[in-house]
Amino acid sequence: MTTDTAPAAPLAETVLEATDVVMRFGGLTAVNQVNLTVRQGEIVGLIGPNGAGKTTFFNCLTGLYVPTSGVVRYKGQVLPPKPHLVTQAGIARTFQNIRLFSNMTVLENVLVGRHTRTEEGLFSAILRGPGYRRAEAESRARAMELLEFCGLSGKADHLARNLPYGEQRKLEIARALASEPGLLLLDEPTAGMNPQETRSAEELVFAIRDLGIAVLVIEHDMKFIFNLCDRTAVLVQGQKIVEGDRETVQNDERVVTAYLGEPLEGTTTATEADQ
Amino acid sequence: MTTSSQKFAASHETTPVLRLPGTAALAAAVAGGVLAAASAAMSWTWTDQFPGDLTYYGSPAGLQWPALVGGLLTALLALAAHGLKGLRWLSPSGSHNGVLFAALGTLAVCWYSVIAITVQLDGLVNLDPGGWVAAVGSLLAVVGALGLPLDRRRTVKQTPFAPWWYLVAGVAVVLRVGFGQGWALNAVPPGVRPLFTENLWFFVAVPVVILGFRLWQLLDAWLRIGRIERPLPAARALPSWAEILVITAVFALGLGVVEFGISTEYGELFIGFLLLAVFATAALLAGGTVARLSELTTRHRAVTTGAAFAAAGAFPFTQSSETYVLIGANILIFATVALGLNVVVGLAGLLDLGYVAFLGVGAYAAALVSGSPYSVFRGLHLPFPLAVLIGALAALVFGVVIGAPTLRLRGDYLAIVTLGFGEIFRIAMNNLDGRSGPSLTNGPNGVAAIPDVNLFGFDFGRPHDFGFVQLGKFGNYLLLMLVVTAIVVVVFGRVANSRIGRAWVAIREDETAAEAMGINGFRVKLIAFALGATLAGLAGAVQAHVAGAVSPDQYQFAGPVPPNSAFLLAAVILGGMGTISGPLVGAALLFLIPAKLQFLQSYQLLAFGVALILLMRFRPEGLIANRRRKLEFHEAELPAQGGPTDDALSKAGA
Repeated sequence: MTTDTAPAAPLAETVLEATDVVMRFGGLTAVNQVNLTVRQGEIVGLIGPNGAGKTTFFNCLTGLYVPTSGVVRYKGQVLPPKPHLVTQAGIARTFQNIRLFSNMTVLENVLVGRHTRTEEGLFSAILRGPGYRRAEAESRARAMELLEFCGLSGKADHLARNLPYGEQRKLEIARALASEPGLLLLDEPTAGMNPQETRSAEELVFAIRDLGIAVLVIEHDMKFIFNLCDRTAVLVQGQKIVEGDRETVQNDERVVTAYLGEPLEGTTTATEADQ
Repeated sequence: MTTSSQKFAASHETTPVLRLPGTAALAAAVAGGVLAAASAAMSWTWTDQFPGDLTYYGSPAGLQWPALVGGLLTALLALAAHGLKGLRWLSPSGSHNGVLFAALGTLAVCWYSVIAITVQLDGLVNLDPGGWVAAVGSLLAVVGALGLPLDRRRTVKQTPFAPWWYLVAGVAVVLRVGFGQGWALNAVPPGVRPLFTENLWFFVAVPVVILGFRLWQLLDAWLRIGRIERPLPAARALPSWAEILVITAVFALGLGVVEFGISTEYGELFIGFLLLAVFATAALLAGGTVARLSELTTRHRAVTTGAAFAAAGAFPFTQSSETYVLIGANILIFATVALGLNVVVGLAGLLDLGYVAFLGVGAYAAALVSGSPYSVFRGLHLPFPLAVLIGALAALVFGVVIGAPTLRLRGDYLAIVTLGFGEIFRIAMNNLDGRSGPSLTNGPNGVAAIPDVNLFGFDFGRPHDFGFVQLGKFGNYLLLMLVVTAIVVVVFGRVANSRIGRAWVAIREDETAAEAMGINGFRVKLIAFALGATLAGLAGAVQAHVAGAVSPDQYQFAGPVPPNSAFLLAAVILGGMGTISGPLVGAALLFLIPAKLQFLQSYQLLAFGVALILLMRFRPEGLIANRRRKLEFHEAELPAQGGPTDDALSKAGA
């Protein structure tokens, strides 16, 4: 498992392409003209202060919100504005506040994630023919593989609600991976985790990248982001102000301003020079 | 196992309530139980005026049966919990709590009988020695059981009781006296005086409820015994034929118990039966017998299902009169519809308050093509399988038509809209009589005189001989209905544990997350709605033939007679949402209790309501809960799967 940020191949396929995405709620523009591209095999970070519109942008990508204007393409195709169709197309996500099916078992949670990749309907469930049994057995085997991948194989029969917090996060990722996505959106995957848990989450994300799945991750933990991401975009008040590697972002005055506030008058001229 | 017993030891202690010498307590419990049981063979009263004729020496009758069973159960459990060889299977957890519950059940039955005899026949003189023996014996058993080392909670969790409630109770008593004698009426304007003089019961009910609640609190604080299940030691492995034999025996016993309950001929006996049934269940739960049995049944699922159906199928053969067989058939219809509703409510989490309309659609559709002279399609007499198919299809279409616009709503809104549609169905059926609407349903008169089913020359309307026993009309229909129930059980069991079933549960748990996992919420919910409707339609088609007539008023939202939307929902929730056996058991109870409480007349629904409240108080997860629901409501009382540190972490993180 690699821990260094491996540079993406220069001409890798574009997985996600968001063009001029705008999301308005009445008079409030939560996301304003955001462009973002994610290529195959990349880990892209999305940071920004609270209320910057990161999660809203995620929701626009996954069909939970229909953008006021702008286009989101997945592998060249315009995404339909329905969450289940977006998942069908190949984008899976996790949620900022964990949204597991808490009264289902761990294995069942992952099996629900397989929903789009299986097609057994009501009648085949009632008749239970050989085709149904095969598909069900295959789903279970795949789900167990994913649990092992995420380090949860011993807990398949536990209720999701009884897992410790860090493992619930992992289970959410396993569930998202079950839909065999080409792009995984992680919304604050390490929120509330202790350093060890953060570390194992980091390794998990690298392992996912190594599977060939592009990852777009929202996070507040800068160390985590800069360890992990090939590129990082910064969203402030709905607008993307900068995008680039670690140095570009860390040295950008507007990013510092957004996080730490305007410097006192006369102490710096860099911001003014930029404008 | 060790962690759960450590956890148990941390929160519970094993001490007697009354400090008696150990052997004396055991002897008292056993002797009391034996005395109560023996009293069943004596005369309890001198006259046959009291229902059941308890005047015989030598053979038990009526209320003496529950006393006999309760007394024996108490004595046996006491010996089993003490560790007598050969009886350990009766109390696998080794807890003595079951003895107390059994003794309390015996006490309740015996004292209820004795008091009923005294009140109805006017005076203690009417008691024969047997009655005295029963009363004293059962009391002795309870005292003995209180002296046994019982599992008790270390702490008492109670809502504080404010002293001013006593004041409220006192004022109510004063008002009761005042209004009764007339002097308190001066304080009330003349116009509203009848309101008070005619509802004097209210001023009695208030102190009774308040003092009853306080008494319950004090009793709970004193005993510190409730729903306590000791962790079970590992079971001794039996050969699988022996396990199957045990399951068969249990279902045979269950059939006997249910049969006794159904064929109780008078209210007193049913109350006695109910009292004992409740306490005996509590006793077996506390002793761990039920847990051990459910281990067995989960290991032999197919055998268990088969035994349950065999027991239900054997029921009509044990009955000499058709009355109770009809009750059995109606229970099956009600239970099947409840299981259909369980797809919609229990799995998909859609609160459907108008579900009975689908039963009605199926019944009407089948009735119209059944060849009834009152049907608008008078000449049309389709064979029964076709009529059932039409009933189910009509319900399916109706389900999709209603579901398509309404399922975009969530939660309360969906409940209101389905409630409305349910009522629209009934009113529409009332009006499609050719005068206020198109002629289809014969209006309030309904479709009557539906001919009996004739399948392959087997006329369901006539009695048939099966070897030694004769099966009457309703016996035939009961077996037919049993086939339908089996179909519904199979469908439910298979669908619940499949891709689509998991999608339903996911939608119920978190609709947004489910959609993000690629589930088309609307489509999946519509399938649940349509499947539920179809299953109800199936049952409805049979119901029309069993009852021989359909009329709009059978399909109400709420009413005193079971298959109505409110009762169906209650059956699902009381029985246990999302399980198969839950709604079946819940439906059976909900059908039997009101039917058997008819002797209470105008208090019937009140008593029924009290029964429901008690059920919800003591088993909020339903009678038969699946593991998920049990964890939801009793997480603190069950051994947790993760350690305490895990809990703390998740709380800190959330």
